[in-house]
This record gives sequence, C-alpha cells and structure tokens, in this order.
Amino acid sequence: MSARIVHIAANTFREAVRDRVLYNLIAFAVLMSGAAILVGQISIDIERLVVVNLGLTAVSLFGMVIAIFIGIGLVSKEIEKRTLYTVLSRPVRRWEFIVGKFLGLAGTLVVNAFFMAIGVFAALLYVSHSFQATDGWVLVALYFIVLQFFIITALALLFSSFSSPLMAAVFAFALFVIGSFAEDLRGFAALTHGLTRWLATGAAYLVPNFSALNVISSVAHEQPVSGHLIILNTAYALVYTTMAISGAVLIFERRNLK
Amino acid sequence: MPAIEILGLQKTYAVGFWRKKPKIALKPLQLQVEDGEVFGFLGPNGAGKTTTLKLLMGLVFPTGGTARILGQDWRQPEVKSQIGFLPEQPYFYDYLTARELLEYYAQLSGVPAKERARKISEMLERVGLSGSANTQLRKFSKGMLQRAGIAQAILHDPKVVFLDEPMSGLDPMGRREVRDLIEQLKREGKTVFFSTHILSDAEALCDRVAIIHQGELRGVGAVADLTSSVHGKVELVWQGKRIPTSLKTLGADCHLSGDTVLAVLPEENQEAALEALRREGIRLISLVPVRTSLEDYFVAQLKPVPASAGATA
Repeated sequence: MSARIVHIAANTFREAVRDRVLYNLIAFAVLMSGAAILVGQISIDIERLVVVNLGLTAVSLFGMVIAIFIGIGLVSKEIEKRTLYTVLSRPVRRWEFIVGKFLGLAGTLVVNAFFMAIGVFAALLYVSHSFQATDGWVLVALYFIVLQFFIITALALLFSSFSSPLMAAVFAFALFVIGSFAEDLRGFAALTHGLTRWLATGAAYLVPNFSALNVISSVAHEQPVSGHLIILNTAYALVYTTMAISGAVLIFERRNLK
Repeated sequence: MPAIEILGLQKTYAVGFWRKKPKIALKPLQLQVEDGEVFGFLGPNGAGKTTTLKLLMGLVFPTGGTARILGQDWRQPEVKSQIGFLPEQPYFYDYLTARELLEYYAQLSGVPAKERARKISEMLERVGLSGSANTQLRKFSKGMLQRAGIAQAILHDPKVVFLDEPMSGLDPMGRREVRDLIEQLKREGKTVFFSTHILSDAEALCDRVAIIHQGELRGVGAVADLTSSVHGKVELVWQGKRIPTSLKTLGADCHLSGDTVLAVLPEENQEAALEALRREGIRLISLVPVRTSLEDYFVAQLKPVPASAGATA
C-alpha cells in the first residue's frame, strides 16, 4: 500500500480522536454498566440474552452514527475548508486520498468497536459470572457489525464525493434503514409481477443487505453462525465496499474543486 | 528551460441549474516564467488568478490547453514533488499542532523520515513559529496561519513555489515578513509565481508581472520596463510658493503643496522653464522625467479591449 494512503488514514484517525469521537465510549460504558446491573436485578435466566441484544445493538447504532456523520464530511469538509488544496497539490493521487480517508475512518470504527466489545464481554461476565463456549458467536456478530460499518462508511464517502453533507447524511441514513430490511424487500419482490417485480428486485439487490449481516438475535439465543454465512458475508461486504469506494473515486477523479 | 510554460490553458464553467450557460473563467492563456524569476500575477478580484493557480495545481480540470512545469507535463506526480503551493486564505487541519502539520505534509511530499525532524525544526525557525511549534493551529492568528502556510509550501525544498495572494489580510508587519520570505526564496534561486492585487508588493518583489482581467491576459513584462516608459513630460519641484507666470504659457500644470511647488510640463519646454525659474531666482529641488507607475500600467490594462481569443507572452 502506498505510504501516502497510510499517512492520510493516520491523519483521519487522529482527527477523529482529537474531535473526541471516542468519547462515545463513555456513554457506551455507562449504558452497559447500567444495563448489566439492572438486568441482573430484574431478569431471571434471560440476563445473557438481554445483555447480548442490548450490547450488540448499541455497538451497531453507535458505530453507524459515527460512520454516517463523520463519513459524510470526509471529502466535502476538506473541500469546503480547502484543506484538500494543499494535499492534492502534492504528489498525492485523488484515489489515494479517497482510500486513505476510508481506511482512517474504518480504523477509527474498528478501534471503537474493539473497546465496545470489551464492554459487552465485561457486562456478560458480570451477569453470567463466567464465559460460555457460545459467547464466541458474539465475536462473529461483532465481526458482522464491523463489516456493516465498512459498507456504510464507503457509502457515506460515495455520497460525500458529490453531494452536500446534509444530502449525503440523508442518503446514507436512508440506505441504512432500507438495507436493514433488505430481506423483506426481497421477499416483497418475490410476491410481485411484471415491471414491479423487476424494479423491486433491482432495488433489493442494489441496497446493502444489512439484514444478512445482522445475527444479533440468533447469537443472543446462543444459536451458531455457519462458516458458510461468514464467508459469504465477508465476500459480500468486501465487494460492496470496494464498489462504493470505486464509485467515489470515479466521481472524485473528475470533480473540479471550485 | 522555462520553469513554467502555460500553453493555452483555459477554463469554462457551466453555470445555472436547468439551462446551463457557459461562464468563461479563463480565456486561452499563454505565459512563460523563467527559472529563478519572481513572477507577479496581477489582477483585480475575480480576474482569473486563482483559477489559473487551481488549474496548475490540478484542482480543477482545464477546458483546453496544457502546461509544463520544469519541462514536464504539469499533472505528473514527479512534478508535484518539486512544487510548493500556498492557497489563498489558507485553512489547515486546526486539530494539529504546527509541527504535526508540517510532519504530515513532509510525509505526503516524500521527505525521507530521517530528515523530517531536522527540516521541520529549521522551517519553524525560519518562519518564526518555533515558539508555537506545539500549539494547535486553532489557536493561531491569521498571520501565524499564513506563516505556517508558507512553511508547508517550501518545507520540501521545491524548485517552484506558487503563492495565491500571500499578503492578503495581513497587517503591515505580516506583509513585510512575507515579502522578506519571498526575497529569501529568490536569493535561493527558487522560481516564485505569486498572485496579488497589491501592486506595491508586486513592484517591490517581482522581476516580471502579468496582468489578467476578466479571464484574459492583458499585459506582461519586466517591472522595470513597464514602469520606465516616459510620457514625454518632466516634473519640476522647487522650494517656495512663487509660480512664474511664464510657466503657464509653457503648458505647465502647477500644484502648490505647503512650501513646495510641483510642476509637470512637456519635455520640449524643459529648458525654457528652467530659464524662467533662474530669472525669478527660484531654487530647484528636482527635475525628473515623468514615468509610468505600475499602478498606471495596471489601470491602463484594465480598460476594455476589442474581443480577442487571448493574449500571449
């Protein structure tokens, strides 16, 4: 990988840290501590289920909010503030800038998710007093959540490369919501006919399939995740992310920085 | 080999939401800047100076034409490692300290890791920011930001430095510091291309200037040549309040200011005017030919000209 990409990614990570993005971990820690104590008092035999559900959902929501609200400004903020001018007047190619920005935010989200994962497992230990073999599936669910972060970050970056931050936020959030119901959309498409079927099927496959990447409920019920699904989800996330970043690069390569 | 060759670069934007209309930001521009020159790119606001610089930096794409910097296509990454750029009213990553900012730009410019710390310290010293090296840029004044901007532009020892309105918004001390830095760059043999609408700065610093207006090159030449064209008039200055009546008949335009009289008259009447002053016993202070100032030249170039496809230099 080009050293310039690494430097841009490192600077993006540093910006997120200095802008106190990781302070969300404090809110998360308070939420998990409160939930663990409360659940321990009011739930009988379902403490683990509640903690896994609540913890993983919180990891997902906190991360998604960060991915969207930082992702939409990754390019547009640099153009608006003209910080990009002194970067692109150096031997930095535009695609290197886009990839560097993506990796910087993706890295921030991974670090964030790592500390949140520690919080989830600490809460699990508090309510269960010991770890179980099935807790390993929680790690798989966390891995899928991180894959979702990569997709939404790439999409936010894509929208950020051609639209205003507000519109980029609307597009990214809309795709997050629609993508969370992608399986339902595919089910709906199967029930329709003619042109509607074509349109619904096309839309169902175009939006990111976040529902396939959401195994929170099944791991909360201690159900295993198949290796097949892990491979498919990994490949899907990598392809989708690469396509979104490629789209962002294609647009940005042609953009005049007025 | 010229340091910069602009070969017909032009830019037209499409403006409007529905029925887009073309708006010419820069007509085909031909310009050449020699190696080691300090070149001033002058023009009023909105003349096309920043568009030209953005085209050269690859920030906007030309509608036509090309350019060469140091003999190579201007878009090549190898060229970009040999140029420095200070944008107009620069804004930098304000969460970084001055040292971190320079570290980041040194990394992107490919400055070897083992040289970075030394070069950054030297540069901070040179622009007078060593005392604020570890202060975040969000706490910097405008003048300090401008100095940080110049530091990032020359940190990697580029051969050609582009500065967009480097004195804009600075107080007299700040302007003086930037002028000193540009003079230092000239002594080091760098080619400096800077845009400005402050003519006194251009007159003091530049070997040559070009004047651009409404996206069109209106004139180019050495400052000394542009300001030395004689109008065929002379300017006489003498002590006192007396104005010989005979001077009026010689076509003199006289102005009394305090205890001094300034008279401008045709060069061919110079001897007759001197004789008239001698007869009156008036002591002459100076006699100089009237020359065009850069401001006169600048104003003359901004007057409307017949439509043309562009100018050359």
